[in-house]
Amino acid sequence: MERIIFYILALIMVVFAIASVTSRKMLRSVIYLLFVLCGIAGVYFMIDYNFLAAIQLTVYAGGIIVLIIFSVILVHHIEMELEIARISRQIITGLACIIGLSVFLTTIYSHEFRVVENSITTTTADIGTKLLSYDAGGFILPFEVISILLLAAMVGAIVIAKGKKLENKTDEL
Amino acid sequence: MIAGISIYEILTVTSILFFVGVYGFITRKNLISILISVELILNASAINFVVINKYLYPDMLEGVLFSIFIIAVAAAETALAVSIIINLYRQISSVEVKDVETMKY
Repeated sequence: MERIIFYILALIMVVFAIASVTSRKMLRSVIYLLFVLCGIAGVYFMIDYNFLAAIQLTVYAGGIIVLIIFSVILVHHIEMELEIARISRQIITGLACIIGLSVFLTTIYSHEFRVVENSITTTTADIGTKLLSYDAGGFILPFEVISILLLAAMVGAIVIAKGKKLENKTDEL
Repeated sequence: MIAGISIYEILTVTSILFFVGVYGFITRKNLISILISVELILNASAINFVVINKYLYPDMLEGVLFSIFIIAVAAAETALAVSIIINLYRQISSVEVKDVETMKY
C-alpha cells in the first residue's frame, strides 16, 4: 500500500516539476510548482515527520506560492507567453543535466547505506526542545540568528518594494 | 521510514527533482521562472536532509532542524526576490534577464 502511494507521489512530483520548468504560461508553471510542493509534503507525511509536513504546507504551499502568484499578476499580462530558449541550448542543457543525474545516481547506487530499521515517531515537543536547548548540540543560536534574518528580510523587502516613494516622503518631511 | 521503500528510490526521486530545477534555471529567461527553479532545487535538498536523517540516524534530529532552517531561508529569499522583481519592473518595465543590465542603485 505504502509503496503504491509513494510511487504515485513520485510520479506526480517528477511530472509536474518537468511541466513547471517547460510550461510557457507563467501562472500555470506556478500552479505546477504548487503540486510539486504538495507532493513533497506528502513524502514528509509518509516518513512520519508531521510537523515538517505542516510547515511545508503552510510556508511553501500557503505563503511562497501566494507571493509568487502575486508577483506574476503584478508584472505580467495573464495571456503573455514566455519566450523559450533556442532548441540547441535546450538540448545541450538537457544532455548536461542527464550526465549530471547519471553521475549522481551511480554514486548513490554504488554507496552502501547502513540503514537502521526503525519506526520512531518524532513528536513536535522533541523538535521544540532540541531547537531551544542550550546544551551541547542544541540549536538555540541558529534559531535566534534565523529570527534576526527573517526580521531583516522583512524590513528589507518592504524598503526595496516601496522604492522611491518612501524617499520622497522623507525628503519632504 | 516508509515500509517497502528503500533509501535509494527516494534519493533517485530527489536527484531527478534537483536536475529538473537546474535545467529550468539554465533554460528559462524570466526572473520569476528562475525563482521557481530555485525553489525546486532547495526543496530537493531539504528532502535529502530529512530522508537521510530518518533512514540512517533515526534517533537524531539534526536533519529535520536543518530542513526547517532551509525552509526559513527560502522564505526570506523569496520575499526579497519578489520585492526586487517588483521594483525592477517599476523601473524598466520588464523582468526578462536580458533587459536587466544594471542592478546598481
